[in-house]
This record gives sequence, structure tokens and C-alpha cells, in this order.
Amino acid sequence: MLPPVFGVLFDGIAYGMLLFVLSVGMSVTLGLMNFVNLAHCAFAMLGAYVTVVLMKDFHWNFFVTLPMAFAVSALVSVAVERVLYRRLYRASDLDQVLLTIGLAFMSVAIAAWFFGTTQQPISVPSYLRGSISLLGLDLGVYRMFLIAVGIAVTVLLVLTLEHTRFGAQVRAAVDNQRMARGLGIDVDRTFAVTFALGSGLAGLGGALAIEIVGLDPQFALIYLVYVLIIVSVGGLGSIAGSFAAACLIGVSDIAGKYYVPQLGSFLIYLVMVAVLMWRPAGLFGRR
Amino acid sequence: MTQISTTSLTPQLYLQRQTRWRPIEIVFWAATLLPFWLFPTYLSLASQIAITGLFALSLDLILGYAGIVSLGHAAFFGIGAYTAGLFSKFVWGEPFSGLVAAAAVAGIVGYASSFIISRFRHLTLIMITLGLGLLLKEAANSAHWLTGGSDGLQGVSIDPVLGLFKFDLYGRTAYGYSLAVLFVVFLCARRIINSPFGLALRGIRENVVRMPAIGADSRAHIRKVYTIAAIIAGIAGGLLTQTTQTVALEVLSFERSADVVVMLVLGGAGRLYGGLIGATVYMIARDQFSGIAPQYWYFWIGALLVIVVTLLPNGILGGLSRLIRRWRRS
Repeated sequence: MLPPVFGVLFDGIAYGMLLFVLSVGMSVTLGLMNFVNLAHCAFAMLGAYVTVVLMKDFHWNFFVTLPMAFAVSALVSVAVERVLYRRLYRASDLDQVLLTIGLAFMSVAIAAWFFGTTQQPISVPSYLRGSISLLGLDLGVYRMFLIAVGIAVTVLLVLTLEHTRFGAQVRAAVDNQRMARGLGIDVDRTFAVTFALGSGLAGLGGALAIEIVGLDPQFALIYLVYVLIIVSVGGLGSIAGSFAAACLIGVSDIAGKYYVPQLGSFLIYLVMVAVLMWRPAGLFGRR
Repeated sequence: MTQISTTSLTPQLYLQRQTRWRPIEIVFWAATLLPFWLFPTYLSLASQIAITGLFALSLDLILGYAGIVSLGHAAFFGIGAYTAGLFSKFVWGEPFSGLVAAAAVAGIVGYASSFIISRFRHLTLIMITLGLGLLLKEAANSAHWLTGGSDGLQGVSIDPVLGLFKFDLYGRTAYGYSLAVLFVVFLCARRIINSPFGLALRGIRENVVRMPAIGADSRAHIRKVYTIAAIIAGIAGGLLTQTTQTVALEVLSFERSADVVVMLVLGGAGRLYGGLIGATVYMIARDQFSGIAPQYWYFWIGALLVIVVTLLPNGILGGLSRLIRRWRRS
């Protein structure tokens, strides 16, 4: 029989995996281009709404909607990148922050226009619901599924980055963009592909998040804070950093809400400020 | 962002030239008196604009001049608001001493946090300011016995200004009082910006690494300007409490921090009047648009931001001065 602390840990890590899938794309694009994309969670929200529409209006299976959420978010993000972001790569932090938060605000209003401000519930397949009793702990099946997805995404990302030509180009560009350009790597194209992948993952994360945290138009802003915390705590451009930070924040958030509910989100902000004071570049950051 | 002509201009002369009052400035301040006669029904809104303008001015000092992007500036606004409210509740209701108390507490907290702020740059700095602001809000929310939590602080009562002007429903006193405070603080800010210290701040904005190399300790300057900005934000918060006679938890919210950045950028960061113009345009637009469809207000704000960043890089004032320059040349 395990004490309830393991249950909190389990829920925290499941939540952390969700946050990891949501935030890893932003971490890589920030590390690669120093581009602060605060509209990242708007792409996540887009993926979530794609899943909702496909399941409700077209009665698709939950699993089939997930790749669609990924694809639609990735495609839309490429269009936005081509039209708007491209001009701002050399602009100041502040301009990038303002343009992208402007897009996030617009996405909130657009979502409210099309879908209303109410929560959008979905019903995941019955075999993902309920929980399994293991050593005296009730482990939610959907949360296990989340952990599995998180680990799968991590493994895929690490393999892509470490063992493919494209991954080597990304790593080179993150380490030293000028040098990478000098070696003939098309950094802009690498960036566009990475950006699409990152936004696609965000879309997937958004779709996965509906069952846990619900979906309403404020999603783009509420989870933006979480994503920013994870990216800055983990360190820019580091997958391992995002992974560690997502677990840390996920566990802190669940533990805080379980043990000291009256403090609300106090604990994760405290963790973030403490980590950044100790290591300004984040846990795994080098700059 | 002002153009410096290099022909035989000593630093003293340059600063003197900057300090001189231009006719357009006098027209601007005279125009702030117009609402008393032209829009007597909108005086409450006018006083809100004056307060928000003051808040934007405080952010301009750190963001526009020293280049410190803060997403948690509402912390000082909120500290000032709560201090003024608690002061009137537990000490006495005289407004000016309440403002001094608000400024002092916000300044002390600002000075303490400036030691943290001056160590960081870029994204880390944004996240630290955001985190500290959110922490303070959560703390105020849980300190129900002191702040009233999400119910707001009750029992604020403010005596008439100078013992003569009672705060009325129409906002006559509120606007006159806010405007007077705004003007006095603006004079101080103008003096600070047109001083060697103000020049050093602009140097930090342009190149933070080079400043120590020419003998200016940028961290000390950042600490100083951050404290000053905190004091001004505290005064703005105190004004809001005194003119509305209530404090809501919203004064500490992230939205307030974000809104003020938007206003400043809309007006033109790094210009003394940028915050004032931005606050005026923003508040009037919000008043009009949210009357039509409140839930879509953020769409217009978002669109405005995208347009300002892509088409008007230096805000409304930057665009105007570019137009004027082009017109003069032709």
C-alpha cells in the first residue's frame, strides 16, 4: 500500500506531460530564433477546437482527431509565420511580445465568436475513462495515456534531434546561428519546419488537454502563463530542460492544490521565481 | 528617440534645449482642462484616464527610457492602491498624506525588488516581473483579513481635498485632483528625463554592456529608476483608491500590467507624452467599443497591437512626428 503522496506525484507527472507537449515547441523556437511567440497557446487552442468540432459535428473517433489537431495547427502556424512573423525576426523582444500577444488576444475573441464562451466538453472513448487500482492507488487511465504520449513525444523528439540530418541542422542553428548559416544551412527553412512542428505539438497538447482542464476561449491566455514558466525554468532550446521543468511545475501545481488549496497557484510562481533567481538562464539553459 | 544634431552642441546645451517648453505642450495641458466644460458627464472617465496616464508614465520611465520590459508593473499600482485604502481606514482620511503613504510603501517595495530586477535581462526579466506580480496578487488574495480578498477592501472613506472639495458622484473633484497630481508628477518626470541621469537611462536602453565601459554603473541606474517608477505607480494606485473610494483585487491583476504596456506602446514608448496619449486613446476606445460588444473588445486590442507593431513602430506619437518631419522637408 503506497501513501497518497504517490498519487499526487502520479497526477502531477501526468499533468506535467501535458504541459510538456504544450510547451516544447515554444522552447525550441525561442532557442532557435530568439523569437518570443506568445500566440503559441492560440495554436494549442486551435488544435483543441479542431478535435471538438470533429468529434461533435462529424462523430470522428478521438484518436483520429489527434493527428488532425496536429496537422491543422501546424499548417495554420506556417501561414502565420510566412505572413507576419517573418518580418519581426530582427525586431526587439518587445515588438515580438506585442505582436504575438495581439494575435493571442484576437484568437480569444475569434474563438468566443465561433464557439461561445462556454466550456466545450468531449467524451473520450470509454476505455480511456475510469481508473485502475494499483497498490492501493487509484490511477486514472487517461492520465496513464497522457504519460505514455508524453514519453513517446519525448523519445521521438530526442531521436529526431540527435540522429537525423534535420536534427543536426536544428542543433547547429540553436548553438550558433551565424556559424550555421556560414556552413550553408538554410536556417530560415529549418526554423519554418521547426516552428510548424512545435505548433503542431501544441495543437496536439491542446486536444489532449480538453479532458483534463476543459476548453474555453481563455485557454490561449491561461496556459500561456504555464508555458512561459516552463520555457523559462527549463532553459531555451532545451528539450531535456522543458521535460524537467514541465514535471517540476506539474507536480508543484498538483501538490500545491492538493495540500494547500487556499494558496491557489502561489506555489508554481514561487518555484519559478526561485529557479530563475538561482539560475537566470533556466535549469538547462546555457545563455 | 529624438534626433540629435551633432553640430557644436554641448551636452548642457542639448539638455537645456530639451527642457524648454514647446507651444504644443502648453496646448496639450490647456486641453486637459476642456472636459470640465465640454464633457461634464464624462468626468469620471476623464479622471480614470488621468490616473491610467500617470501609471503609463511610470512604466515609460523604465520601459521606454531604460528598456526594462515589465509584465508585473501593476504590483506597485496595487500596493499604492491598498496602502491608500488602508491608510484612510486606519489612520485618517486626508488625501494628500494618503498619497504620500502610498508612494512611500510602493517606493520601499520597489527599491527592495530593484535589486532582483537589475540582475536580469530579456526573457528572464519579463518572467521574473510577471512571477513577482502574480505572487503578490495571490498573496493579497489569501490575506483576506487585511485586503478583503476577492471581495475588495471595504470601508474606504476620503475627506474633502484641502478640506474644501468633496469627492462627488460626477467626478468633478476626482478629475481636478487627479489632473493636478498628474501634472506635478509629470513635471518631476520631465525634469528627471532631461537630466544627465535621464541620458544615462537612454544609454542603458541602447546598449547595456557599453554603459559600464564608459563609467556609468548601469545596475545602480536601473535600481534608481525602478524605484522612481514604483513610487509613481504607487501614487497612481493611491489616486484610484481615493477617487473611487474602493479597492478591488483587480488592481494587482496581470491584465492591468498588460494593458498599461499596450497603452504605452500604442502612444509611443520612450516619449514623455506617449503614455498619456496612449492611455487617452485606449480608455476612450474601450469605453466606446465595450459599450457595443464587451466580449469582443480584446479582438480590437489585438488588432490594434498587430497594426501598431507592423505599421507604426514608434506608436502614435512616433508616426505623427514622422509625418511632421516629412511635411517639413517637402
